[in-house]
Amino acid sequence: MSATHTILNLPDQSTAALPKKNYINAEDGILSWLLTGDHKRIAILYLISITFFFFIGGAFAGLIRLELLTPQPDLVASDTYNKLFSMHGIVMIFLFLVPSVPATLGNFLVPIMLGAKDLAFPKINLLSWYLYWIGGLFTLAALVLGGVDTGWTFTTPLSTHYLNTHVVTAATGVFIIGFSSIFTGLNFIVTVHRMRAPGMTWFRMPLFIWSNYAASILMVLGTPVLAITLVLVALERTIGIGVFDPNKGGDPLLFQHLFWFYSHPAVYIMILPGMGVISEVISTFSRKRVFGYTAVAFSSVAIALFGFFVWAHHMFIMGVSNYSALVFSLLTMLVAVPSAIKIFNWAFTLQKGSITFETPMLYAFGFMGLFTIGGMTGVFLGALGMDIHLTETYFIVAHFHFVMVGGMLMAFLAGIHFWWPKMTGRMYSESLSKLAAITTFIGFNLTFLPQFILGYLGMPRRYHSYPAEFQVLNVLSTAGATVLGVGYMLPLLYLAWSLKYGAIAGNNPWQATGLEWQIQSPPLTENFIETPIVDHEAYDYEWLAHKTEHEVTTVG
Amino acid sequence: MTEHYHDPANVTNPEHAEHHIVGPKTYIIIFATLLVFTGITVAAAFKNLGILNPIVALAIASTKAVIVILFFMHVKYQSKLIKMTVGAGFFTFLVLITMTLTDYMSRAWGLW
Amino acid sequence: MDNTIVATQSHEAEEHAHVALPQHRHHFETEQQQREAGTFGMWLFLLTEIMFFGGLFFAYLLYRNWYPAAFVGASNQLSIPLGAFNTAVLIGSGFFMAMGVWAAEVKKKGLLVLFLAVTTLLGLVFLGVKYVEYHEKWEKHHIPGEHFDVSEFINPQAYGLKEEPMSPDMAQKTQVFFSLYFAMTGMHALHMIIGICLLFWLTWRAHRGDFSSGYVAPIENFGLYWHFVDIVWIFLFPLLYLINRHPV
Repeated sequence: MSATHTILNLPDQSTAALPKKNYINAEDGILSWLLTGDHKRIAILYLISITFFFFIGGAFAGLIRLELLTPQPDLVASDTYNKLFSMHGIVMIFLFLVPSVPATLGNFLVPIMLGAKDLAFPKINLLSWYLYWIGGLFTLAALVLGGVDTGWTFTTPLSTHYLNTHVVTAATGVFIIGFSSIFTGLNFIVTVHRMRAPGMTWFRMPLFIWSNYAASILMVLGTPVLAITLVLVALERTIGIGVFDPNKGGDPLLFQHLFWFYSHPAVYIMILPGMGVISEVISTFSRKRVFGYTAVAFSSVAIALFGFFVWAHHMFIMGVSNYSALVFSLLTMLVAVPSAIKIFNWAFTLQKGSITFETPMLYAFGFMGLFTIGGMTGVFLGALGMDIHLTETYFIVAHFHFVMVGGMLMAFLAGIHFWWPKMTGRMYSESLSKLAAITTFIGFNLTFLPQFILGYLGMPRRYHSYPAEFQVLNVLSTAGATVLGVGYMLPLLYLAWSLKYGAIAGNNPWQATGLEWQIQSPPLTENFIETPIVDHEAYDYEWLAHKTEHEVTTVG
Repeated sequence: MTEHYHDPANVTNPEHAEHHIVGPKTYIIIFATLLVFTGITVAAAFKNLGILNPIVALAIASTKAVIVILFFMHVKYQSKLIKMTVGAGFFTFLVLITMTLTDYMSRAWGLW
Repeated sequence: MDNTIVATQSHEAEEHAHVALPQHRHHFETEQQQREAGTFGMWLFLLTEIMFFGGLFFAYLLYRNWYPAAFVGASNQLSIPLGAFNTAVLIGSGFFMAMGVWAAEVKKKGLLVLFLAVTTLLGLVFLGVKYVEYHEKWEKHHIPGEHFDVSEFINPQAYGLKEEPMSPDMAQKTQVFFSLYFAMTGMHALHMIIGICLLFWLTWRAHRGDFSSGYVAPIENFGLYWHFVDIVWIFLFPLLYLINRHPV
């Protein structure tokens, strides 16, 4: 097919207009937003919030890469460098990645995809946004007061006994953000179980729902363990309760068991919703139902389940017994299988599909390649012998950035670009967005591929000085980071521009299946004029073609 | 809206769960049972049962917890979903306990 | 293509004769759906509480196995009469809470208010006893930290206790027991305090008549929370107070 072929189908711009009534203009005034129960408005509030924190986390990344341009520790002091990577991790993980898809796209789309008017508990939804901000403010306070330098992992006894930085403030922030996450997940689970429209059986739900549902189970069951762990660290620092203190008979490794019991499932909390986005995007831009729907659906749940069994692979060199390391290593190999199932199913979805290369699809392709590399390097790390050599080096840094940035962040951007017309009623500049996607892809690879080599060669992570022979690779990485930064700034510009000047998108610019594409863009506050009755499978393009033929499209 | 469909996924009225009101008689019996078990567990602590002491204590506590869950918290009369949810919670708790224990117990075996 | 769905009469009747109850939220189709969703949501929250306390229970399990003598000796410092009394008090409060739910379901406002008030009172009694116990620990310097005093464990005879003396090393480990004792009972007490505050609010609302016309969900769902906190104590009591009370 020609490179200019696109399935983008906008209404006639000379007569098109935004719908007269929608969730954005339904009520006026800042309070109507700050006290809203509308899941869509809360999604937008979250979107603005996480973008803000993303750029803060990105600023830290910039400073890290700047320092690493030279082998000498010449930009910042050691303590400051420790604070930079700690804050980068804390902000990016807890304030950006964990809420990214669920709190923005999930909040917006889950009720609509299910045919519901809202999530089960709108007030809890709003509460979760306020908790996000209160936790975020604590984290910012820790930063402003001087920073925390424990690493995002708060490892004991460093965090409990050897530092006098603002560990408790940061830990409190993360604790509160954790509850924001729990409430989001709780809301999704109840909504999926109890608020599906008539005819919407479990196996007719979009795969985006399955992924968010699985992630929500992890949020609800895993996050509380992080919460109690941070409480114990705080108690140990403040009133001397010595649960992790070897001097009092405690075991510092207990901290790590409890911490990673959440933090490993956390990576699945982060990636699963992204995988849900990819299912939707790949299907739409191949005009084909997702291959092996059931396998993909169950693989989401399998990832969630198995994700609970592998946490000690973060602790192989920390003093766990060899027997236990063996068990966790084996389970780690197994947990890769459901992820691989998804990649294969997406690949088979592409096969014989009518593929077009709009921006969301570009990001999705990027995801497939980069997540595969990231995931496979995870399997390498799961092998005990390899891990001893590679752990705590830049190989790990490269691995998790491949899955989290090359994977998750690309999926998030895919989702934003895919559903932007639905959320705002506007279309963005396709050429600029494609440019941003390609820039991001190039910048990403330039930043992180050298880091695999660096790690393999032995450069430790969390160090701000290194042997001179590593400089070339570090310079490449920093150059890449600059390109990556540009790639991330571009969407801010053209997406904001589109709000006022973008083309009117209409109900279904991508000609996608899914209930969200059958309603106006932006949607009404109550989503549906009438409760939909679902009588077709997910990704049923014949049904869509049949419906479009027999329908008069109205806008507004 | 002319024809009115009731959903096959049965989302609006799952399992037609009848609304069962548990009455005072049941509660009084449960209350008494729980007090009796409390007494038993205190008495058992004063007897030397060797390795069985902690087991008996946990067994009694678990029984009391199950009774509270089934009757005071009405789970006996709730839908399958609620029952599964309770189960899932305890399952995850057990995963935390047992899998972490594998590390500690195998460390106690000595060095490889 | 035709799905085989069958209309049932009850939903229709509800729909056509629908008068929205005051508590009905518009995004739910039926009252039943709203109530089920609420209960399910509260159970999910309780799952988070299970995992939250779970971390503490694991720490307890670990250290009790590592330092059995210290745990026994330290545990024997706790008062069984007070602990058992508190257990009975909490179980009693659970009974009255359950009775409160029943009263709301049968729409007896006076009984509901009474039962909620008794539940609250019993909760306060529990906290009062806990204060007494904590205060005793404070006096005996058994609060972990700088002022922790191990002499009672090294030389129990001097304090008139019929315990085995411990080595100084093991005696130091009693701090771990007390760390867990305060962390676990403290966290439990915090949950009790939150529960009691909610009870005050619910009792006031009940008195106002909010729950006298069939709107049971808040009472029911709060009851779930209260019973859960009770269950935590049901485990804490034997684990902390009754480790080994028998003569060797």
